[in-house]
Amino acid sequence: MINFLKVSVFSLLMVGGFWGFANFGIPQIKPAPPPVEEKLDLGAMTMDQFIALGGKIFNGKGTCTLCHNKMGRAPMLDVIGKNAPERLKDGRYKGKAKTIEEYIHESMTKPSAYVVAGFGKSGTNDTESPMPDVTGGGIGLNPAEVAAVIAYLQDSGGAEVTVTIPAMPAAGEGTATAEEAAPLKTAAEVIAKYGCGACHKVADQTGEIGPNLTKIGATRNKDYIRQAILDPDAVIAKGFTGGMMPPTLGEQLKAKELEMLVNYLAGLK
Amino acid sequence: MLIRNIKIISGAFLLAVFAMFMLPAFMPAASASEAAAPAAAAPAAAATETAPGAKAEVSIPVPKLTAADYPTIKGVNPRATVWLVAQLHLWFGAFVVAVPMFVFIIESIGMATRDERYDNMAYEFIKVSITAYSLTAILGGLLAFGLILFYPDLFKYLSAIFKESMFAYALLFFAESAVLYIYYYGWHWLQGGNRKWVHLTFGLLLNAVGVLLMLLANAWTTFMMSPAGLDPAGVFHGDTWAAIHNFLWNPINIHRVVANVAYGGSIVGAYAAFKFLSAKNKEERAHYDWVGYNANFIAIAALLPLPFAGYYLTAELYAYSQQMGITLMGGVFAWIFIIQAVLIGALFLSANYYLWCGMGRSEGAHRYNPRIKYIAVVLVAAFLVWFTPHTLVLTNSELKSLGGPYHQILGVFGIMPAKNTAVNFLLTFTFMSFLFYRRANKVATVSWAAAGNAAQIALFTAGLINIVVLGVYYGYFTNTVYKVAASVPQVLTTLTIIIISVIIDSFMYKGAKDVAPLHWGRMSNRSQYALFLLAVSFTWLMGLMGYVRSGIRQHWHVSNIFRDASPDAYTPALGYAASIVSIGTIIFMAMVIFVFWLSTISGKHVVAKGYWKEQA
Repeated sequence: MINFLKVSVFSLLMVGGFWGFANFGIPQIKPAPPPVEEKLDLGAMTMDQFIALGGKIFNGKGTCTLCHNKMGRAPMLDVIGKNAPERLKDGRYKGKAKTIEEYIHESMTKPSAYVVAGFGKSGTNDTESPMPDVTGGGIGLNPAEVAAVIAYLQDSGGAEVTVTIPAMPAAGEGTATAEEAAPLKTAAEVIAKYGCGACHKVADQTGEIGPNLTKIGATRNKDYIRQAILDPDAVIAKGFTGGMMPPTLGEQLKAKELEMLVNYLAGLK
Repeated sequence: MLIRNIKIISGAFLLAVFAMFMLPAFMPAASASEAAAPAAAAPAAAATETAPGAKAEVSIPVPKLTAADYPTIKGVNPRATVWLVAQLHLWFGAFVVAVPMFVFIIESIGMATRDERYDNMAYEFIKVSITAYSLTAILGGLLAFGLILFYPDLFKYLSAIFKESMFAYALLFFAESAVLYIYYYGWHWLQGGNRKWVHLTFGLLLNAVGVLLMLLANAWTTFMMSPAGLDPAGVFHGDTWAAIHNFLWNPINIHRVVANVAYGGSIVGAYAAFKFLSAKNKEERAHYDWVGYNANFIAIAALLPLPFAGYYLTAELYAYSQQMGITLMGGVFAWIFIIQAVLIGALFLSANYYLWCGMGRSEGAHRYNPRIKYIAVVLVAAFLVWFTPHTLVLTNSELKSLGGPYHQILGVFGIMPAKNTAVNFLLTFTFMSFLFYRRANKVATVSWAAAGNAAQIALFTAGLINIVVLGVYYGYFTNTVYKVAASVPQVLTTLTIIIISVIIDSFMYKGAKDVAPLHWGRMSNRSQYALFLLAVSFTWLMGLMGYVRSGIRQHWHVSNIFRDASPDAYTPALGYAASIVSIGTIIFMAMVIFVFWLSTISGKHVVAKGYWKEQA
């Protein structure tokens, strides 16, 4: 009986140790909730908003930045306007595109039409791309979302934006959806949605990685705050490290949301 | 009498073989258009109407669910309930699939050496697994009920696709039960001469059926991760073999077979440790020391190739979906691998500690004892490197004092090539511990012993240098995408060291002299807790990795095809997962101790004097 108790206590202590380490020895990261699809009001969009929507999809639902980043997993797309015409002339090109817009579309839906040297699936000699078709599976972009991403890539990649905003689908078709709907209504909603409080102390949230924003309006004006949101590494606050804040907020926020956030922060004194 | 027995055995054998051969009859042809009309189970999902006499074309669309499609019971969390039951079923299932594998091998060794101790040990192992087998079946039933109750549409969808294999699974369970009971209850009946061969054949059959059961269950699980046999719209048209033989099926099969053996060894080791600690006399203590040693040997032998199977599985996962791979290694699950490092570190350290303690059984161990401390230092250093996280989540003041999210010195150990190097060192030095243990009581008598030793030292030295050079080159002098390229040549180097060393050793110690008889039972009680640590760590680790394997599907029941719309569709945080795994481990260990206790009382016979009426 004594041995039984000893063995039980020993086992419980071991399990408790592992449990304690998993709970208190490592950071508790709460995974993001599943994406929610909302209606997209294409009819009321300007081209700038459409490009911004493309940027948001590129950085969010499209999961493009998982691989198209500086880690080198997939080619960078920041000069696609220059690269696309060269690739269309390349002997290895197997697609049917004639224009930059068609090339980008083909790259998103038939990625193996042209595989940039060194980025193919291993063992395929750069004839097969590891990239999935963005219109299928878990990414599942609809035609309007694909068009928005193409517009964004043309705009950010130094090419002329040739995409036209698709017409709204007929009622009941339900194909034109995206993560985004109407602009958020309050600055608090913006702060909550974009997770500012994870790093900053602001709006009852207690992040410590970035500067404390509870009295930012007392020392900084609206122009400074706007620049800090749109181009976070332009000026690094004393005592903080650059490269920590996402540089894509300018592409994700709507103009109305940005101004609402700037006004709110400037009013914190 | 003999003829009657042979008839019974042959009948049972043929029945089991018949059940196995019937399996293909329940599997569909390669293409749906060739498939016959629906068989035993009616398709649960919609099937297109067909004209009389025409061949049925299966068409199972993906259900689109809302939260209202998930039944609830007040006070019961569906996900936690199904998770716990599935995990408990898997733990017991892994144990009962693994035990017959090494029981078969041990029985074969007993037959080859005519050493009855092996036969007795094999019997004792299978005796422990008998009760576990019933618990596996009960938990499997509970899991099916849980899925039907809480996730009816998912169960309906999966059973529509896998109806043939599920039916075959049920039949195979009968075959498994029949073969297991004949194998266990016929152990002492089928002894000597041809009867022993018949018994061994039942052991082989038991393993074949057990592995087949596992492969079928793995197909359903891996289909949920890497669905196959579907058209671009996600509609299933009846090619069940494609759904079974999905991209991750074989990588998981290989990983699970190896892991199950290691796990089974660790649980049996815990059993031997429990019996050792409870032993009433020297003989019993010596016996269970010997059993514990063999169980630990099985666990370590399977543990050594396990990281390689893990690499293969992860590489295939990346090949299937880079997104899934990145979610696994670079997303929210990245921190899991730090916990995994702690657990596997505990496994290796406890296994090595047990081996070092075991050297106390030999009079010749003093020749190797001084070297143990260096192995210990290397193992701890390798563990610490593996344990080093890549990116640290820090407060601002900590960031400032560190100068960034990476530690300036220790940060270099956070990347995969450093961890791969550390793991290969852990494996190589654990193997070295085993070599020392094996040699401790022997003196080589071959004339070339000195040359053989020199060759082994050269092999270890060259191999370890190669592992370090590969790790440093790929880790710090190549592009990010090539960093994992070090893992394959490193693994091959470790395997080369192990295989060539075993070959040299087996020739060098052929006909070697024993220093003195081994003192079985001359082990400290403390050493037995290392065996318990091995079993607990393994159980917890399996639970944790089960969470990751399932969690990388994120908010999908079937990856990218069938969305989870339940309120629990989000991925739980690590702390929550650790709580579920811990609760499961405690329940499992309690059940396992119950199983150990049952096997103890089954051999007891109390004479109740005066209770029974005296017979004239």
